[in-house]
Amino acid sequence: MSYTVAAGCGVVIAVLIDLFGLRTGLVRRRLFWATYPIVFGFQLVFNGILTGRGVVRYRPSAILGLRLADAPVEDLAFGFALVLFTSVRKPRTKREKRKPVFRGE
Amino acid sequence: MRHLTYLAVLVACLACAAWLEPLLRVGVLRRWRPLVATVAVVAAVFTAWDVLAIAAGQWSYDPAQLVGVTLPGRLPLEELLFFLVVPVCAILAFEATRRVTGWSDGSASAGSSGAGGVSGAGGSSAPVDGAEGGGQR
Repeated sequence: MSYTVAAGCGVVIAVLIDLFGLRTGLVRRRLFWATYPIVFGFQLVFNGILTGRGVVRYRPSAILGLRLADAPVEDLAFGFALVLFTSVRKPRTKREKRKPVFRGE
Repeated sequence: MRHLTYLAVLVACLACAAWLEPLLRVGVLRRWRPLVATVAVVAAVFTAWDVLAIAAGQWSYDPAQLVGVTLPGRLPLEELLFFLVVPVCAILAFEATRRVTGWSDGSASAGSSGAGGVSGAGGSSAPVDGAEGGGQR
């Protein structure tokens, strides 16, 4: 199996777990889509360093060859699956009704 | 120094997110037990993926840029650390965004799946910090 297929499966599985497995439904929440671009930006930087400097090397036949900031697009999918799965599994939050930033305590 | 490249990237990554803990008081690191439980599951799943991908020859690592500790499955130590650091950073980012926006992650709202069954929360409109109790006798 190529990394392309594996990464695609990873994304699909993470989304299925979110929607139907643990029913966290984060991909339907604006909070997730507000957070993900921030994480994605840092991923581009650090992933770019790792791949650009050749710390991680990919077998050319295992990837499509499309790259964004030196990172194979498969890495971006892998990263999405990792971040979504982490968010799905993250500790439950008990206190919910906090006002943004302002706290009266 | 070249052998510290990957490790340095991980430290930088952690440093980029760690300041959110004291600045926004997200309490992610402070409540370390649930954090460890979460990260352990994520790291287990993704290191397994990593080991399989290494075995399949999908990717490899430059030994000159690693500290040189190799775990079972030909997994470099840094790669395991990666799957500890990145989830922690992601959760910090998530909780910081939640704190700043005030948006719900669904886990404590009435309409969520109710997974976890938090003790005594009752599942609906969680009362907040005694605010509702003020008028009761």
